[in-house]
Amino acid sequence: MYDFDYHKPSSVADAVKLLSADPDARAISGGQTLLPALKHRLNRPTYLVDLSGIAELKGVKREGDKVTVGALTRHIEVQNSPEVKSAIPALAHMAAVIGDIQVRNRGTIGGSVANNDPAADYPSAVLGLGATVVTDKRRIAADDFFQGMFTTALEPGELLTAIEFPIPEKAGYAKMRNPASRYVMVGVFVAKTKGGVRVVVNGAGPGVFRQTEMEQALSANWSPDAVAGIKQASEGLNSDIHGSAEYRAHLVTVMAKRAVADAG
Amino acid sequence: MNVVAPFEGIGASVRRKEDLRFLSGRGQYTDDIARPGQAHAYILRSPHAHARILKVDTAAARAMPGVVAVYTGEDTKGLGGIPCGWQLHNKDGSPMAEPRHPVLAEGKARHVGDPVAVVVAETRAQAKDAAEAIEVEYEVLPAVPTLREALAPGAAQLHDAAPGNLCYDWHIGDKAVTDAAFAQAHKVVRFETTNNRLVPNAMEPRAAIGDYDPTTGEHTLWTTSQNPHVIRLLMGAFVLNIPESRLRVVAPDVGGGFGSKIYHYAEEAIVTWAASKLHRPVKWTADRSEAFISDAHGRDHVTTCELALDETGKFLGLRVDTLANMGAYLSTFAPCVPTYLYATLLSGVYAMPTIYAEVKAVFTSTVAVDAYRGAGRPEATYLLERLVDVAAAETGMDRVEIRRRNFIPTDAFPYQTPVALQYDSGDYFSTLDAALETAGWADFEARRAEAAKQGKLRGIGISTYVEACGIAPSAVVGSLGARAGLYEVGTIRVHPTGSVTVLTGAHSHGQGHETTFAQLVADRLGVPLSQVDVVHGDTAKVPFGMGTYGSRSLAVGGSAMVKAMDKVVDKAKKIAAHLLEASVQDIEFERGTFRVAGTDRTKALAEVSLAAYVPHNYPIEELEPGLEETAFYDPKNFTYPGGCHICEVEIERDTGKAQVVNFTAVDDVGRVINPMIVEGQVQGGVAQGIGQALMEEAVYDEAGQLLSGSMMDYSMPRAEDLPMVGVANHVTLCTHNPLGVKGCGEVGAIGSPPAVMNAVVDALREFGVRHVEMPATPAKIWNIINAGAQRMAAE
Ligand SMILES: Cc1cc2nc3c(=O)[nH]c(=O)nc-3n(C[C@H](O)[C@H](O)[C@H](O)COP(=O)(O)OP(=O)(O)OC[C@H]3O[C@@H](n4cnc5c(N)ncnc54)[C@H](O)[C@@H]3O)c2cc1C
Repeated sequence: MYDFDYHKPSSVADAVKLLSADPDARAISGGQTLLPALKHRLNRPTYLVDLSGIAELKGVKREGDKVTVGALTRHIEVQNSPEVKSAIPALAHMAAVIGDIQVRNRGTIGGSVANNDPAADYPSAVLGLGATVVTDKRRIAADDFFQGMFTTALEPGELLTAIEFPIPEKAGYAKMRNPASRYVMVGVFVAKTKGGVRVVVNGAGPGVFRQTEMEQALSANWSPDAVAGIKQASEGLNSDIHGSAEYRAHLVTVMAKRAVADAG
Repeated sequence: MNVVAPFEGIGASVRRKEDLRFLSGRGQYTDDIARPGQAHAYILRSPHAHARILKVDTAAARAMPGVVAVYTGEDTKGLGGIPCGWQLHNKDGSPMAEPRHPVLAEGKARHVGDPVAVVVAETRAQAKDAAEAIEVEYEVLPAVPTLREALAPGAAQLHDAAPGNLCYDWHIGDKAVTDAAFAQAHKVVRFETTNNRLVPNAMEPRAAIGDYDPTTGEHTLWTTSQNPHVIRLLMGAFVLNIPESRLRVVAPDVGGGFGSKIYHYAEEAIVTWAASKLHRPVKWTADRSEAFISDAHGRDHVTTCELALDETGKFLGLRVDTLANMGAYLSTFAPCVPTYLYATLLSGVYAMPTIYAEVKAVFTSTVAVDAYRGAGRPEATYLLERLVDVAAAETGMDRVEIRRRNFIPTDAFPYQTPVALQYDSGDYFSTLDAALETAGWADFEARRAEAAKQGKLRGIGISTYVEACGIAPSAVVGSLGARAGLYEVGTIRVHPTGSVTVLTGAHSHGQGHETTFAQLVADRLGVPLSQVDVVHGDTAKVPFGMGTYGSRSLAVGGSAMVKAMDKVVDKAKKIAAHLLEASVQDIEFERGTFRVAGTDRTKALAEVSLAAYVPHNYPIEELEPGLEETAFYDPKNFTYPGGCHICEVEIERDTGKAQVVNFTAVDDVGRVINPMIVEGQVQGGVAQGIGQALMEEAVYDEAGQLLSGSMMDYSMPRAEDLPMVGVANHVTLCTHNPLGVKGCGEVGAIGSPPAVMNAVVDALREFGVRHVEMPATPAKIWNIINAGAQRMAAE
């Protein structure tokens, strides 16, 4: 780790001020991604802005037909939240299968979504539920937010403050873990929402993406069988020592079936 | 009175004495030690697998804050090379190629992670900062990371002293007799396989602290070692030229080794040497990423083999041709692992009339490969047990029947194999029968059918194995190329009031020696376990020792303690005879009490020991005061644990993921001192075996970069991947050591991989699968299922 300075503001306004003052400053939430990167000297921030003292970023609220999750809400809190469990059980279930207990006790939804690791869980739920990403300046539709591997619509210094999830009619999630890292090898999130059926694939490609063929099939017939015959093209999918693009493409169908079954 | 409760002696599952310290965070590991004034070393390692080092510019680094010194190969080239402890000979009798292994790279880097420079600074972070300022100019050369690439004609040469990257071309057995057996064969079964390369990944990364006292000239090295005396010998005599009397090596609590902490590593020499130059303690601790590219790896064989059978399924002979990866330099035991710890085991549990094995050891541009839990014996067992399954499939014989038919008969011990070893005892039929019974082999088909209903492919696999451990008779290993003796040393110190301190050259780094060894004393001397302490891991405290590896600690180290206790009892009997005014011939000793035979006149051990240290009433004319004895024990033979492992796996058809759902291990480890500890050792070994079979693999790309260089990409088994492992023992005693013990540290890792893989192949039978290579990852299994399904659809 290189030396850095450390700030712990107690309001979003102060945090944003600090982050915009220096392009090499970095926000830190749970540190479950940033700290390993710092330890490997892959990052050299001038100072860290620790968001953990900002009360307005924490907690889960259910209002009308949506659930709002503050950026600083930890995975364990989403997993155990009565609001999330009753309104969007698939999201609570997803939080419960992120990493291990230590990671869930530290990691936050804001950090995960801002980071947009292709092997992360949350981005598929955010896109799959057609959520809205709220920042200190604006509201960004999930469809516009994720822009490929580790890239999002967030501008430098922009702070993710909350995510608003519309409550779906039903939703489900299934994933195959990477045998080494236990991050997502291939995951599929399915949801029947007001705006239609959404099927989102994570892990398999360089970023989350919607599987439109499966969306159409499920719109016509919401059942695992509806997606069983749909093959994901392997072009553009990840290929590494853990599995070829073809294997990942195959798993998309398998996980889609399981996700639909999970959604009920 | 020192009356021992019987449950503390041999056969009692007493709780581990050391666990209070470990579980309450009070272990003292090397990295926990802070010496006054200590500086920190950081090692700059080659990012290239093979490169000429044109220039190393350290000027900027030297000027960085906190930097104490920067050293390169130029500074250390006067030191000796890291020695190899075993010299093999080629088929033609010439010695193996043994190129210099410099402490810091000299002119060339030969694997990613090869140490190129070392920075010593006030803090670790400063050392790391300065290392980034070192400018190294490399001329990158072609890498040769795999066996086949390194042996290919025209391949890049790693060492001038090893033409063709060949370390040795060795053989064992009788070629002519074996060829003749094959000529008579009714059937020959051929098989080719790779034994996957593994990263040991002990929980504690390696660390070392060097210290030097200029007033006495004494050097001290604290290090994460399984054998501090061996390190003292190798580093003192060969690398730094320090006499033993001036070099103390301490291996304090060590968090797992699995073989990887046997070897003398460059970092140990670097910190010891730098401390003596700087007159300051110098500490180095590896991080996990560094461990991946600097700890010796394990396995990495490519083998073709052939088994000759007669019409009844009896084995007639075995031919084996193995390529073994040594990595870029020879690590301490590397040459003997794929030869004397591998090829000598190729008879397995079978009456194999003749064997001929050839082994070529090859230098590659990878980190060194050496012994890893099992060392050679897992490779032999895997080869043989997969081959026997393939033979069963191809002759239409039952997998159990073909084994039974070829087992060494129980009345044939001692049994001489055609590959040097003589097994002293064993009963393979009984371990097989017990395992079949426990595992429910007979009603497996019902479980297979049940799994099929859930869309799962269930398979069962068996492995029957023997291994050789308790290394080893010094004269024998000496004739085979070992450059050291392999005896062990034990001291029994009975204190004046009767408590006991045991000094042992074996080292405990997770095995529970502090308990098991204390139980030996409790059992023999009748001293309560709470009054027996075991000291190990410090050359200044323990007279000598060869350390812990090859499941030798109890068989060899325990035997040394028994010998020392015999000496103690002999002397104590004389003292007791004097105190009891009886003749020594009439003194009996049992569980802490000396008795005049046939009378009620007794003396407790504590009374005798008190007399020995306060010799007011003492046979001072004949006996020295004190009650402490040391014994060196040189084993007469290897020991031969064996047994039967049975594994059941379930494979998810649509993902290819295999899960071990049942595992039964019935082992013959000889006499069991602490059943709970033995069970733990077997379970841990099986976990590693399942890891090798289904998950673990060190993968290098063509440029020699380690793709699986962190836990993000190297798949280690976790609790959820492991079943409850059922462990049972069927004991036949070792015939040549005083305890009758054989060793239990490695059996789990040796017996289990073929059991798992035989189960995987069995589960995939319907796809026409003959063999699946380790690790059987989900992707690999799915490819097999997918290809099989497509082939079947086409037919
Ligand atoms: C062992 C391990 C296993 C894991 N397994 C999984 C897994 O299975 N699935 C999974 O999805 N994840 C996994 N993770 C990652 C974990 O979920 C992280 O918590 C998450 O990816 C990042 O969240 P964080 O709060 O820790 O963010 P940090 O590490 O604190 O930050 C990550 C990045 O986001 C930025 N950032 C943080 N908060 C904000 C914000 N509010 N606005 C803008 N930018 C912000 C930071 O500047 C940084 O660049 C694992 C991590 C570990 C260590």
